[in-house]
Amino acid sequence: MPQPDAAQVKEDLLKAYPAKVARKRAKHMQINDTDQVPEIQANVRTVPGIITQRGCTYAGCKGVILGPTRDVLSITHGPIGCGYYSWLTRRNQTRPTSDTDDNFMTYCLSTDMQEEQIVFGGENNLRQAVREAFDVFHPKAIAIHATCPVGLIGDDIHKVAEQLSEELGINIFAFSCEGYRGVSQSAGHHIANNKIFQAVVSHEAPTQDVPVPQGPFKINLLGEYNIGGDAFVIEELFERMGVTLVSTFCGNSTYDSLAQARHAELNLVMCHRSINYQADMLETAYGIPWIKVNFIGAEQTAKALRKIAAFFNDQDLTRRTEEVIAQEMKAVEMARDDIASRCRGKKAMLFVGGSRAHHYQYLFEEIGMEVVAAGYEFAHRDDYEGRRVLPDIKIDADSRSIEDLHVDPAPDRRDPAEDSQAVDARLRAIDGQGLNDYEGMMPMMRSGTLSIDDVSHHETELLIERYHPDVICCGIKEKYAIQKHGVPSRQLHSYDYGGPYAAFKGAINFWKDLDMMVNAPVWSLVTPPWQRSSAPTLEAIMAIGGL
Amino acid sequence: MTLLRHTDAEVRERSALTINPAKTCQPIGAMYAALGLHRCLPHSHGSQGCCSYHRSQLTRHYKEPVFAATSSFTEGSSVFGGQANLLQAINTIFTVYDPDIIAVHTTCLSETIGDDVKQIVSKAIADGKVPDGKTVFHASTPSYQGSHVVGFASMVKAMVDTFAVPSETRGRSVNLIPGWVEPADMRELKRLAEVLGVPITLFPDTSGVLDAPMHGPATMFPSGGTTRDQLRGTGAALGSLGLGPSASAPATVALEQLCKVPGQVLELPLGLRATDRFIQAMQHLTGCRIPDAITEERGRLVDLMCDMQQYFYNRSVALWGDPDQLVSLTEFCLDLGLKPRYVITGTPGKTWEKRMQAAIAGRHEVRYQQGACADMFLLHQWIKQKPVDLLIGGTHGKYIARDEDIPLVRHGFPIIDRIGHQYFPTVGYRGAIRLAEQILNALMDRQDRLSPEESFELVM
Repeated sequence: MPQPDAAQVKEDLLKAYPAKVARKRAKHMQINDTDQVPEIQANVRTVPGIITQRGCTYAGCKGVILGPTRDVLSITHGPIGCGYYSWLTRRNQTRPTSDTDDNFMTYCLSTDMQEEQIVFGGENNLRQAVREAFDVFHPKAIAIHATCPVGLIGDDIHKVAEQLSEELGINIFAFSCEGYRGVSQSAGHHIANNKIFQAVVSHEAPTQDVPVPQGPFKINLLGEYNIGGDAFVIEELFERMGVTLVSTFCGNSTYDSLAQARHAELNLVMCHRSINYQADMLETAYGIPWIKVNFIGAEQTAKALRKIAAFFNDQDLTRRTEEVIAQEMKAVEMARDDIASRCRGKKAMLFVGGSRAHHYQYLFEEIGMEVVAAGYEFAHRDDYEGRRVLPDIKIDADSRSIEDLHVDPAPDRRDPAEDSQAVDARLRAIDGQGLNDYEGMMPMMRSGTLSIDDVSHHETELLIERYHPDVICCGIKEKYAIQKHGVPSRQLHSYDYGGPYAAFKGAINFWKDLDMMVNAPVWSLVTPPWQRSSAPTLEAIMAIGGL
Repeated sequence: MTLLRHTDAEVRERSALTINPAKTCQPIGAMYAALGLHRCLPHSHGSQGCCSYHRSQLTRHYKEPVFAATSSFTEGSSVFGGQANLLQAINTIFTVYDPDIIAVHTTCLSETIGDDVKQIVSKAIADGKVPDGKTVFHASTPSYQGSHVVGFASMVKAMVDTFAVPSETRGRSVNLIPGWVEPADMRELKRLAEVLGVPITLFPDTSGVLDAPMHGPATMFPSGGTTRDQLRGTGAALGSLGLGPSASAPATVALEQLCKVPGQVLELPLGLRATDRFIQAMQHLTGCRIPDAITEERGRLVDLMCDMQQYFYNRSVALWGDPDQLVSLTEFCLDLGLKPRYVITGTPGKTWEKRMQAAIAGRHEVRYQQGACADMFLLHQWIKQKPVDLLIGGTHGKYIARDEDIPLVRHGFPIIDRIGHQYFPTVGYRGAIRLAEQILNALMDRQDRLSPEESFELVM
């Protein structure tokens, strides 16, 4: 089937909108051009009523960033819903090291704010709730999360945190992550990053209490949330390579591990959107450089591992890294070639997240599938066009109130061990991205394909009609709407309860799932035989059903 | 390793902290109710996250598309009010998606800042943003009161307030207000009415919406849902039956007050005797003859209960979930010979304890609690003090089930770890048969898994 003309599709997508909305949405849709990456609008407010898939700041803070740390006790200050919906719904797996380790991830704690507190304030109730939580759980640290009404009624959650920190003798910190802040969950990532840096990573008390991690080649993995066990397969690779993982932000993490982060020599950034703030602050304060890695896709995983080895530039490490890659690639190649034979040439779309719409394109590429349109739900221009556009990004009123934390170099800030230009060159030779660099999604997309930011339901439907994609990767809210059209859809927030999808094993898992979906028998059974264009003869019916 | 490793048997007094709630907030109930109207798009007037969370949770439960729009509040709208957002939303929705109805519900955010939705809707109409023949209505659903059940009830009442047309004459039709039940339950209620020969208007009706078939081209608004014409006619009905006081009483009362339609509120027809009362209420109201087919359905259920009773006798149960379900389930459990030991709902309400007493009727000592801090953490602590043989409730109970090795029968909202439940009714006699079968299977599966080799049975 010939590919539709992207410019025509874009025009048609906009036709259904009121004129003002169409003008606004036009800037969020760009036709990719590898020679000249176009400017896309992102991280601006959504048009009310358009049916967006975006969530809120609280979801980005409590749900995404704080969710995976098992021994920080999160309390949601607000009406019951926010805490309830973020209770165990993100599939962050965690592996306590013993039966007695703290693990609060199965618990949902809320102040269940009532009308009386809306009128008279909820601080006293919050105080009491924190005390009660301490009595039951005796945690090392408590995180308080604000919901919409908290900011409106003026509860000072930071003051409450400070007072109770003193009273109970543990670290208690609060997040002003009211749902109305910013324009999407992205603001919540930023707010969470800031506070974790202030209250844990750079804070005197927690960092003094933990031992300095031992082991060669110390790294942090940033922006990996261990959905479906992704972090576990990555951790296993690090172990076999012989690098020391100090902390992960925040999949399978603990409070103490976050407090040790400053001792790493290198930060790996997986989800650039949600965690770049932490990477930059760690670099400024402690001189830890970061590199962009992507553990989605087998070739990408190999590159990520090679970049780690290239950074440390150690012969043994390089040898072990190549051994690991060689061992893993055998199974990968078998699965890939087999599945590619059934999937090659098929078309995919990805509308998801702040990094997955980019990362997962490599998995499709590796089996010869074509991505015809992609976009993020809540990313910024740098995630689309690369960090080179950072100086040009205008901060609008909606984002201005999200604080950009000013960080000073710490007294013990380390200088780089070697000339950063040499390191940079070694890294660039692998995937074109040097130190503290990210190229973004759009440069990798073929000319003539579409990038669409914050896609609406209307747009998704029309894209299905025009492109007839073979699979769409998205989230839970879109999945079944897409499948009603007879198009298989994979959730990339939850992996449809499968996975892991990261690293070599994850690539194989993903391809198998893709093969299963795209080639499932059910799609050919949608139309009843009596409604098909060529109705079967009685003989044909009897041949299967008769004696 | 245990999943809920910090839960112990010692109950400490809590007044401010809810742990593992047995309820959620109002707007999701309003959204679910609004999906039961034909060609209706629910609209969440608040931050994006509310709409996203509610759609996600409903989708996880139904594995179906759940469409809803949001006012996408920003910090600016929180300060200056959400009027501009809602006006733009109404315009965008009608232009792009063309529903017949937009059902707006509020959130804690828009309620706290005091947005006057009624006035904003009037302005939208005055500004020409609501095309001829279309309807925008709203329910006030502040998340800081009540629970998801209250939000559902408020939206159903708003349907009456908006659409019901008072009439001097009474028709033959009965308004049947089903309460918060599954699409299959709504379908089953319609079937029972048909067997009884009673014309009804069921509202809301999510059958055909949240169990819509897949047959080629998809439409955003499937064929199901109560129509506006049907709702307008509710004011001329013979009478109303509200099923489940928590979810359906406000709408039943509203029909009585606004349109003088005589109303009666019953417990949800879950289980034998609650279904008996429903059938009898239909008979009293309409004078219909109860056909043999119904008596036979009932007889089949009684026969099954008779066959199963030896396995249920004295087995203890813990239940959690929504107040209407819990009253009827408690009664049915007792009728099966089971012993409900603990019952928990986070939904507050004045009459629930009395209703529970009526359902228990002194047959057994049941510990039950509702409202603030009546949560699944407390329930688990009770279970640790004295265990039970069976759990009945939503998916969140699976953590207790696994830690304590107690079989779990999934019932109510949400069920987000099993697929297909919305296709099988639990209301009516047929529904009760399914419930009884599920309960016994759960108990027997455990027995099969744990019985020693020498007493592992082929025939049970």
